[in-house]
Amino acid sequence: MTSLAAKPSISLSRIAIYAVLIGAVLIYLVPLVVMLLTSFKSPEDIGTGNLLSWPTEVTAIGWVKAWATVKGYFLNSILITVPAVLISTAIGALNGYVLSMWRFRGSQMFFGLLLFGCFLPFQTVLLPASFTLGKMGLASTTTGLVFIHVVYGLAFTTLFFRNYYVSIPDALVKAARLDGAGFFTIFRRIILPMSTPIIMVCLIWQFTQIWNDFLFGVVFSSGDSQPITVALNNLVNTSTGVKEYNVDMAAAMIAGLPTLLVYVVAGKYFVRGLTAGAVKG
Amino acid sequence: MSSVAVFSKASPFDALQRWLPKLVLAPSMFIVLVGFYGYILWTFVLSFTNSTFLPTYKFVGLAQYARLFDNDRWWVASKNLAVFGGMFIGISLVVGVLLAVFLDQRIRREGFIRTVYLYPMALSMIVTGTAWKWLLNPGMGLDKLLRDWGWEGFRLDWLIDPDRVVYCLVIAAVWQASGFIMAMFLAGLRGVDQSIIRAAQIDGASMPKIYWKVVLPSLRPVFFSSVMILAHIAIKSFDLVAAMTAGGPGYSSDLPAMFMYSFTFSRGQMGMGSASAILMLGAILAILVPYLYSELRTKRND
Repeated sequence: MTSLAAKPSISLSRIAIYAVLIGAVLIYLVPLVVMLLTSFKSPEDIGTGNLLSWPTEVTAIGWVKAWATVKGYFLNSILITVPAVLISTAIGALNGYVLSMWRFRGSQMFFGLLLFGCFLPFQTVLLPASFTLGKMGLASTTTGLVFIHVVYGLAFTTLFFRNYYVSIPDALVKAARLDGAGFFTIFRRIILPMSTPIIMVCLIWQFTQIWNDFLFGVVFSSGDSQPITVALNNLVNTSTGVKEYNVDMAAAMIAGLPTLLVYVVAGKYFVRGLTAGAVKG
Repeated sequence: MSSVAVFSKASPFDALQRWLPKLVLAPSMFIVLVGFYGYILWTFVLSFTNSTFLPTYKFVGLAQYARLFDNDRWWVASKNLAVFGGMFIGISLVVGVLLAVFLDQRIRREGFIRTVYLYPMALSMIVTGTAWKWLLNPGMGLDKLLRDWGWEGFRLDWLIDPDRVVYCLVIAAVWQASGFIMAMFLAGLRGVDQSIIRAAQIDGASMPKIYWKVVLPSLRPVFFSSVMILAHIAIKSFDLVAAMTAGGPGYSSDLPAMFMYSFTFSRGQMGMGSASAILMLGAILAILVPYLYSELRTKRND
């Protein structure tokens, strides 16, 4: 800590601060380390060792078994998440564009009504939504889940774009309108090119939300159409047979890796989405 | 783009342009009115019927709410929510604020440390629950680890102890969300005027005192937002319970969201399930309305 020599009270308090911070880092990392270690152990190894003991023999059998069990559901999650994220983001962008630059009587009130959707406890819509999906013939399909995620993701996606677009100066759009540019031309030529950051925030937020969803998945899907979170929960909480903790942990890692990867690669946007969605929502 | 259109105000192009924004917004307006408010109303109606496995529209007044209040499991779930919510919010705030304040002291490798604190937030509660279920496994998890490390008398069997199982949920939830609170407060701290701190320092105040008396009170809005978000997470907590305890042992770790799910979808008690969903909505509104009210009031004062 030589570079901090300029400050008078270096010694004890700074050491204490670093100790707390590093201690917390270790504690936060423990579950991830334990998951990884356990997933590479053999069942016998798990029985004799402890959570943080190094595998006596590193084996990928847990990962192989886990992948064989969950790969179909992993694919389901992709089939649900990709379209749902893209559609809800596209609609959110258009909604936000209208709500910030093409306001009309009642549009503000609509925004207020929409905002409540950010807080809506989904338990209050589960039953009617399942009746509706049944009527539409979409019960227990990944398409049905895409539809549900688009509908209940709209509140956040619209909020993101609307709040981003209100800070763009009106003059820009007014000038384009005077030049005769229409609704979609302005959107495509002027608004969209300056939206990259908020598109990233929205895509990442929606990806995390939808990939990690469990409630909609467990209610609106069954058997072959289940997303990975539901499959993981089924795997971990079956009471039949011998518990294979290495398989459980490998499956949990598989379910968690996509969002972890996105977080590591695009953490900046992830945090911005969290705080934007949180503070304003 | 030609500038001709400006002069011919009544052209069909212009008429279309006037309607386009409304047309674009129309599907979403429909979805919000039907899928949000219509469905809430529908659930509200169902809560006054004696629906079981299928919806029937025979009205029984407040009978489902009465049954709910007579149901021991509902009270356990509500009490658990109070304990879980209170501890989860309190501990997450303390941990989050502490880490944020410490991280704000020109720490080396701050970016890395921040990344570590926040990564659990990227995980599904199902993954979190699975991991912590293993960590808290009596006999094989931390229980054994600490004994192996020489703490002979250590016992950690909360996961199978009906009186303590709810603390397991608290531990996992705090692990997941406290980094997020840290991020919110750190963002707030970065916005605090440094000259205030320097002035207080010149006055001879100690750093802990400056934070406690000057800096943190200026972050009241962040504090309220955090409480709001954490309370919201607590009330909606369903996946964590499903993955970690499935409500057990017995129903000792049930939460209202879990109660609603199992009565509505497994036990064929649609009427009572709807009633419990409406009460959950009431709980959300009870924290949301005062929050929005105070937000709007401060905005008007600005």
